[in-house]
This record gives sequence, structure tokens and C-alpha cells, in this order.
Amino acid sequence: MKKQLFLGDEAIAQAAIDAGLSGVYSYPGTPSTEITEYIQNSPTAQKRGIYSKWCSNEKTAVETALGMSYAGKRTLSCMKHVGLNVAADAFMNVAMSGINGGMIIVTADDPSMHSSQNEQDNRTYGNFAMLPIFEPSNQQEAYDMIYEGYDWSEKWGYPILFRITTRMAHSRAGVQTREPKVQNPIRLEKDAPMKYILLPVIARQRFKALLKKQKEFLQASETSKYNQLFGLSDSLDNENMNAAHKKCRLGIVACGIAFNYLRENYPDGFENPVLKISQYPLPRKQLFQLTEACDEILVLEDGYPVVEEQLKGYLGIGLKIHGRLDGTLPRDGELTPDSVRKALGMEVASYYQTPAVVESRPPALCAGCGHRDVYEALNEVLREYEGAKVFSDIGCYTLGALPPFRAIDSCIDMGASITMAKGAAEAGIFPSVAVIGDSTFTHSGMTGLLDCVNANANVLIIISDNETTGMTGGQESAATGRIHSICKGIGVSPEHLLEIVPLKKNYEEMKKIIRKEIEYQGVSVIVPCRECIQTHARKAKAKNKNN
Amino acid sequence: MKTDIILAGVGGQGILSIAAVIGKAALEADLYMKQSEVHGMSQRGGDVQSHLRISDQPVASDLIPLGSADIIISLEPMETLRHLHYLKKDGWVVTNSKPYENISNYPEMEKLLEEYNRLPNKVILNTEQIAKDLGTPRSGNVVLLGSASPYIGIDFAKLESGIRQIFERKGQEIVEMNLNALRAGKKCAVEH
Ligand SMILES: Cc1ncc(C[n+]2csc(CCOP(=O)(O)OP(=O)(O)O)c2C)c(N)n1
Ligand code: SF4
Repeated sequence: MKKQLFLGDEAIAQAAIDAGLSGVYSYPGTPSTEITEYIQNSPTAQKRGIYSKWCSNEKTAVETALGMSYAGKRTLSCMKHVGLNVAADAFMNVAMSGINGGMIIVTADDPSMHSSQNEQDNRTYGNFAMLPIFEPSNQQEAYDMIYEGYDWSEKWGYPILFRITTRMAHSRAGVQTREPKVQNPIRLEKDAPMKYILLPVIARQRFKALLKKQKEFLQASETSKYNQLFGLSDSLDNENMNAAHKKCRLGIVACGIAFNYLRENYPDGFENPVLKISQYPLPRKQLFQLTEACDEILVLEDGYPVVEEQLKGYLGIGLKIHGRLDGTLPRDGELTPDSVRKALGMEVASYYQTPAVVESRPPALCAGCGHRDVYEALNEVLREYEGAKVFSDIGCYTLGALPPFRAIDSCIDMGASITMAKGAAEAGIFPSVAVIGDSTFTHSGMTGLLDCVNANANVLIIISDNETTGMTGGQESAATGRIHSICKGIGVSPEHLLEIVPLKKNYEEMKKIIRKEIEYQGVSVIVPCRECIQTHARKAKAKNKNN
Repeated sequence: MKTDIILAGVGGQGILSIAAVIGKAALEADLYMKQSEVHGMSQRGGDVQSHLRISDQPVASDLIPLGSADIIISLEPMETLRHLHYLKKDGWVVTNSKPYENISNYPEMEKLLEEYNRLPNKVILNTEQIAKDLGTPRSGNVVLLGSASPYIGIDFAKLESGIRQIFERKGQEIVEMNLNALRAGKKCAVEH
């Protein structure tokens, strides 16, 4: 078969389809979104009846995937790194129960925060849950490790955490695909059906089972073809050997994509012993070999110094380890071939510099976007109130933080607008306003609204409804057309649950309503509703094509 | 053979279609390639770039090392300059000269041109105008690709074939239009 050009995300998706996937359950989030979108658009996936509809959030996604695995079928759940925080309860506990049909959870981490609030490294979650972690170094490995991962997951009876970073997710390379496998039929477990009932008495057994399993996970890492030791047998040049010890000065551990940056700097072959790691738990045997043979170790890993910390230990006595903790590499930001080159002691040379005349060009709300009209009207009204605070949330509307609007005071995590506004109101802030998008509201704003209603908090909540998940590229939003009835069902008083159309010609009416609801002592919800112009244009184009 | 290309522009201008055409051409020429691109937040009118690496040997890093890009192809004159630290000493810069002014503090064109004067190898063309003159105002990015074609290291015929493959499903007329744009771009660059 000819190689196909795949994004890392697409390689993962195609591999899952080829491995006999029956359902992918995800919530969008850069840089993970294209995995699920690829499956949604794949004719093969459609033919195979693979479930791929977006979930309301990452927690519902992982739990649904577990349900499919319970029935014996292969399943995938994809999210951006912060999504795993939302799904953490499900994730930590599926490590206790274990699974039936193969289950892989993809976490797409975003070092350098290209599109995220933090750069957390979810290998920490994998270690926390004591599950195997796969971290491919290139697109072909991403394909192969997913394809083979399902067999491993079923053999072990545990899910695999599959970690990629932005660079892997959004970089294309040629990938060789393999023979598609048939999907699993429904196949319930006969022996261990109690394992899914995590009552304390069973959970204690399950934890012991998980502890016992660690040995198998470790053995798999030590024999994995994706963990490779280079240069330790014979071929090292003698210059690097320290005569007294018969030892090499430096050994290098390169995790995931860091391995590519290392290779980039040694086009003619490595000069030091290298341990490439793409499968965790850390392969002890190979690490012993490396540390036995080398005086010092350099750890190259994208994200947090997870491996570096493990090798170094808390007190840092013993082995001499270099990496992000001792300043050999920057502590933050994604790795680059250049930062790795510098860490290796080689010169990095730029001939030209970015001239000072170049100005930064931040992203902005599209011209004609409804969020703009919301902020215009809101800003004008709030000028009348000195102590006003606007707690916002995550989505295109977060761009209201930038000029010309400078309209918001916070953006923390999905759903935090409503709950922060409640807390601030209860602390005495007035007016306390929340601005949240429709998808974010159904992701994790609804429970906060219930808290507000129950406490009769003095807040104004604006759900800026553009009928789509705009920020991540316009995926369908979970409750399009039903935001109003959800709010009503949660208990917002109908007189203070109002809809407006965010357009310039409605500014006066919008301002009047906003002012009135600020003055109302209690929970008010205003829903400015107008479709995202990008989604609208895309739909119109698709319709034209079909006609 | 090895060419490291930085593609630059503003979100929505269409650098990814340039990358897609080169990608198809590279694949047809049996070359290895890696292409890292930007999705997400910065696509909303922010600056975007893509690192495209093609070689007859396997490519290791998805990112181009500093000071080693063979060519910067840019749809916007200020965005070109943003990536100069990637350019190798005798590298080429091929850029559209028409500014995309969506920020209030956009520098004066003269200041930008001063910076271009320091560069040894450059092609500065109003590819938007060329596209308009051809009667296909939206093909500016393909014109630009044509202007860059002498420096990419892939046969022009392979690029033409890349165009055919990418635009095939939009119909023969669109294919011809883009081939025209590609050829016009090349001609302008050669006469430049
Ligand atoms: C836990 C978590 N999951 C996913 C994301 C990625 N993400 C950021 S904004 C957003 C959707 C926003 O949609 P909506 O609230 O409707 O606002 P819009 O962008 O459409 O204005 C998503 C999925 C995230 N930041 N955090
Ligand atoms: S994509 Fe849609 S929601 Fe986002 S800024 Fe553009 S119009 Fe607004």
C-alpha cells in the first residue's frame, strides 16, 4: 500500500478505525479535535457504523467509552490535556475497574500553550492512575501504537493513556496503514463482572489487582520495540569514554517527539548512548543499563520534567541528571530542535533576526461576530456601574479580553464564569456578570447555574449563544435551540430569562434589558442568540454543493 | 535533495492550501516530508505559519531548526519578516507585497522595505494584483506558489500535478484557473 499523508491526529484516527473501533467519544479541544472529526468524515467509519457524535464534555465521553468497552467493543476517547481534568474522576476509577473491550484515551497536551490555559503534562495522570502510557515519536508510530494498542489493552484488561503534543497532532508525514480488522461483537465478561462495582470491599481487591498488574506493564515496556537503546554495545567512539571509569560521559533519554529533535542534531548517527522512550512505565532494565554505562544523564522530554524527576528523586542526590530542572533546557515551553541542540552543547546560529518593526498580530473576533455586539452593549451599560466585574469563560468570546473591548475580568476553566460570578456576588461585588458560550454552558455551566438558582445569587448570566462550538472550528453544540428551556428547567424565573438578537440595530433594546436585569436582585439569564458567521457560511457552502 | 520551507501569513489567507499542493507534489516525487501547521486559536486573524520539510532522506524533526530554512514563502509582507531568524544565510524570501492590515499599529510599508533591502535573495510581488489581473482574485496564494517554484527543488510539472490533485473535485475550470495562476506567478518571478 502507498503511504498516505496524515496529520498525527489523522494517523491515530485511521489506526483506530483499522484496529476495529466501534465508537469514539470526545469533546472538541485543540489539538485533539481532528481525531474525532476524521472518524466522523470517514466513509469506512460510516460503513462500519462507528459511533462518533460529540459528547457534552470529556467526563461523559470517557464514561460512555467505558460502557462500550464493558460490552466488549473497542473504543476511543480523545481530549485536549485540560479535558482530562474534567474526566479525571472517570479516568482514575476506570484504572480501578479495568476494562473489557480495548480502550484508549488520547490526551493531546499543549506545551507552549498555543491554544490553552496551561501546559500540564498528562503523563502525570497516567502515573497517578498507574496505567500504561504510550507516547509516539512520529506519525507512523502513532498509527502503529494505536493499531497494536488495542490488543495490549484487551490483553491487560486496562485502558491505555495515549499522549501526544501539539507538534505531533498537527504535523503531517507519510504513514503506511495496515490491514483493517473486524470489529468485536458484544462479548461480556463471564469471570469478573463484579469488577465494575467499586464498592469499598471490591475496590480494595481491584486496587491490589492494579498493583499486581504493574509488573506486567513494566515487562511490556522493557520488551517494547518502541523503547530502544542505541549505542551501548560496541559502536561508540572512544573519545566519549572516560578512561578511568571506562564509562561514557553522557547518556541521553529522549521521550516521544524529543527523539526527533535529537536525531535532527545528529544526522550521521548519535555520539552518545541514547534511550528512546515511547512506552511507560519507564523501562527499568534499559535505564539501569544506561546509568551503569554513563556518568551523567540528559533527559529530553516535551512538557513537564516527569521522567527527569523520577530519575532524580526528590533530594536529587545520586545520579547526575540534566534537563529542565537544572536549566540545561528551559523549564517551560515546548522543546524545539534548537533548545535540544543547545542542551547538547552545540551552537545555534541565526543569521537574521526578526526586525523590531514587526508588530504582534493577536487573533481577534471575526468581523460581524455576534459576541462583538454583546460586548459593545454590555460595555456601554457597565460604564454606568463603577464596581462591575465580568467573569468570562473559554471560547471565541474570550477574545473580548483584548482591545477594543477589554470587556472581561476572568477566564479560568470551562464553566468557571457562572460559579465565579456567584462567589464574587456573595462577597459583595455588584454587578457581578458572567459571560459564557452555549457549548461551554452545556459542557459545565449548567450545574453552576443550578447553584445560583438554589442560592438566589445576585448575578447576571449572559449565555452568548452562537449555536456552535466556534473556537475549535464550529462543531455542533450539544443543546442548540434548547438553551432557553434548559435554563427554565433549572429553575430560572421566566421573567428574568430573556432572549435577544445581538445586532447593531438592537443595541438600545439590548442595553435596556441588560440594565434592567442588573438591577434585579437575583438570578437573571440573558441569551443573545445569533449563529456564528463562520458556521453559517460553511453550512451555506455545503448546501450549495448539494443543490 | 532537501528543502526547508517556512510558510507564513495571516489566519484565513490560505497558507495551508499552498502546503497541500507542495505536499502532493513531494509525494508524487517520492520524497519524504513533514509539515507542521497551526490550528486553533491563531487561525482567527492572527499570524500563522507552517514548517514544511521535503527531502530524499527521512526527515527527523517536525520543526525547522533556526537559521536553516531555504526559503520563506509568505502571503503578507510583515509576516515574512517575523520568521527571518529561521532563514539561512543565502536563503530566499518570496513574498506578497500587499499588507493585510487588521491591526491598528501596522508599520509603514517603507520601514518594511528597508528590512527587505538587507536581504540578498528576494522576490517581492503583489500577487494579489496579479491574481486580480488574471480575473481570479482568490488565487493569490497559488500565484505566490508559482513565484516560489524556482526555489523549491521540485519539478514544476509535479507542482502542476499537485494543483490538479488538490482542485480536482472542484471541477476542470477551477483546475485550469489555478494552473494559470501558478504559471503566471512563475513568469513574474523569473522576470522579476
Ligand atoms: C476542559 C476543556 N475542554 C475543551 C476545551 C477547548 N475549548 C475551548 S473553547 C471551547 C468551545 C467553546 O464553545 P462555546 O462556548 O460555544 O463558545 P464559542 O467559541 O462558540 O464562542 C472548547 C471546546 C477547553 N479549553 N477546556
Ligand atoms: S468563529 Fe464564529 S464565534 Fe468565533 S469569532 Fe468568528 S464568528 Fe465569532
